[in-house]
Formats: sequence, C-alpha cells, structure tokens
Amino acid sequence: MSARPSEEHADIVLCPDGPMLLRGAAVVQDEDGVRHRTTRPVTAVCRCGHSAIKPWCDGTHKLLRD
Amino acid sequence: MIAALLSAPDDQPRSFAASGGRADDALTLWTLHELHYRGIAGVDERWEWQASTIGLRTELERALETDLRARRPEAVVTGDLAVDLLRILADDDSPSLARHVQRRATREQTLQLLRQRSLYHLKEADPTSWVIPRLTAGPKAALLEIQFDEYGNGDPGRLHHRLFEAGIAASGLDGDYGAYVDEAVVEILEQNNVLSMFGLQRRLRGAALGHLAAFEGTSSLPSRQLAQGLRRLDFPEEMASYYDEHVEADAVHEQLALRDICVALVAAEPDLYDDVLLGAWACTDLEARAAGALLSLWDAA
Ligand code: FES
Repeated sequence: MSARPSEEHADIVLCPDGPMLLRGAAVVQDEDGVRHRTTRPVTAVCRCGHSAIKPWCDGTHKLLRD
Repeated sequence: MIAALLSAPDDQPRSFAASGGRADDALTLWTLHELHYRGIAGVDERWEWQASTIGLRTELERALETDLRARRPEAVVTGDLAVDLLRILADDDSPSLARHVQRRATREQTLQLLRQRSLYHLKEADPTSWVIPRLTAGPKAALLEIQFDEYGNGDPGRLHHRLFEAGIAASGLDGDYGAYVDEAVVEILEQNNVLSMFGLQRRLRGAALGHLAAFEGTSSLPSRQLAQGLRRLDFPEEMASYYDEHVEADAVHEQLALRDICVALVAAEPDLYDDVLLGAWACTDLEARAAGALLSLWDAA
C-alpha cells in the first residue's frame, strides 16, 4: 500500500486572500514558539494574522478585504 | 398520506395527492425524504420505494424547485466560477440569526433556534453524501475530505451530528433524531427539503455542491457569533464548543468546497456551471427566509 499522495494533490495549498491549507497531522509552531498539534485531515493555517484562534484560520480574513 | 404510511405497503395502485397547503406539503415532503435517511419508527421500510410515495415526492419536489427557480434573480456570469459564487455570498445582506444570538437573543429564543436547527444538525452532512458516487475523481476525493471531517475523522464521538446531539442534550433539549419536526416553521422545513432534494436527485448534483460551498463559506463567522451568544447566555460548554468546532472546520471546508469541489466539478462538467450558482444562491435565500421568519416571530427583525 502506498500512502504517498499523487503529484496532482498538494500537501500545502496557499489560498488566494485566505489561509494556507495543510494536509495531514502536523505540529505547527507559532511566532511565540508555542507548538500546536492538528490531527485534521486538512487544516487551515492563518496567513492574515487576524484570526482569533491562531495559528488556525477562523475566516476573519474575509472581513479584511473590504 | 402520513396515516397511510402506518399500514403495510400493498400492491394496490394508489396515489397520494399534494394538499396544496404550503405547510402541509413541506411536512409531507420532509417525511418522504426521511424514508431515505433513517426511516420513521412504525413505518414499513418498503414505503421508501413504492410507486405512490415516489410519485408524491416527485410532485412535491417539482413544485419546490419551480418556486425556487422563480424567485431566483438573474445570475451574474463572468466565466470565473469562484468569482461568481463569492459574489452571491457577498451580495447577501439578509438579517443574521447568529448576530441576534450573539448580541440580544433571550435564552428562550436561543433554545427555540436550536430546536429548529436540530432538524438539519442531527443529520448534518448526510444530504451531501448522496452526491459522492455521482462525481469524477477530483471533486469526489475533495468532497470526501470534507465529509470525513464532518463524520469525525473516524471517531464517532467527534462526528458533527453527535456533537450537536450532545450539545442540545446538555442544554436540556431532546437530542432524538427528528424530535422537533412538529414545531419546525415552514421555512426551516423547506430549507431541509431543498437540501435533501439536491442530494437525492443526481440531476441536481451541481446545485448540491454549490449549496455546500455557500453553506461552508458562510459558516465560520456566524459560528463564532453563535458560540459567543451561547456563552453570554451561560449555555453548557458542549453546546458552545459545537460551534467552536465549526469555526475551525468550516474555515477549511469553505476553501475545499469552492475550489477543489465546485471549480473542479465545473471543469469536468461545464454544463453544471449554472446549477452550482443556483445551489449557492438557494443556500443564501433559504437561510434568509428562515432568519426572517424566526426574527419576526421574536419581533426582532
Ligand atoms: S487567513 Fe483566515 S483568519 Fe487569517
């Protein structure tokens, strides 16, 4: 059994005006050096800096556009 | 019709007629749809596929779809599906139940809202699962990524409809499936019925996925407001954390639903472009109607 994703399936996806999607369980270290574990199949990591649940995205980026 | 379902299906040709009353028809269609989900206690399971019940379901769904299409404004089509779909969400300025709960709702109103929402949340994600076998590889794999998360990533205790059940039970409500159907307002029944119709009819798979993208795309921020409102009113943590989970999960799902599912679907099946937009618009329209109905009930519009 091969668990390797195929080439057309990215592990990390940068969403236009939005978060970074991360596939698979991972530990993310934030700006303060604090580590956060995710076990979701796909996780959205905040890129706008305004999420209330950093390092994860909570959709706040959508309020910044207008 | 509902009385007839309590007897065993027979081979007699029979036909059930729509009542013509909006509330009755909505409740009848909800009941017929439930035969395809978990069934109804006391109803013979063979009713699911009797010509008479399917005939009535078809008639009621046709009327529901006709109404929906008649209300729909002309869609703006640029050729970029993501842009057109996001515009539908951006143009939606209907009143928000989540904002009301966040700021002003009473405990009684909030309990009533949870009872109304329970019709859907106790089978959360299920209507969209009907669509899976009808898709090509790209959108299918992406839809499964969302559904797997909705279904708790293999952990039944994290399954979203189980989280909701735990939340309302802790709030003193009945967590039994369909427990509050009798008090559902017609707008809530129709919201559920459209979603089931989109899921059950292969022809409407584009609309089902457009609805999904709009639903997920309008979930994170309202879920945060609902969680804040529930904490303001001292609801149990189980109830508030159900919405916390949706802030985080739906921030992921909205990205997948828009690009990996809807854009990929339309790339594979370009004829479904308009149906995807129909589904997205229907999601905003049905929620606006449900919100309008409940807020006016509370004199809070
Ligand atoms: S990227 Fe979504 S909240 Fe920051």
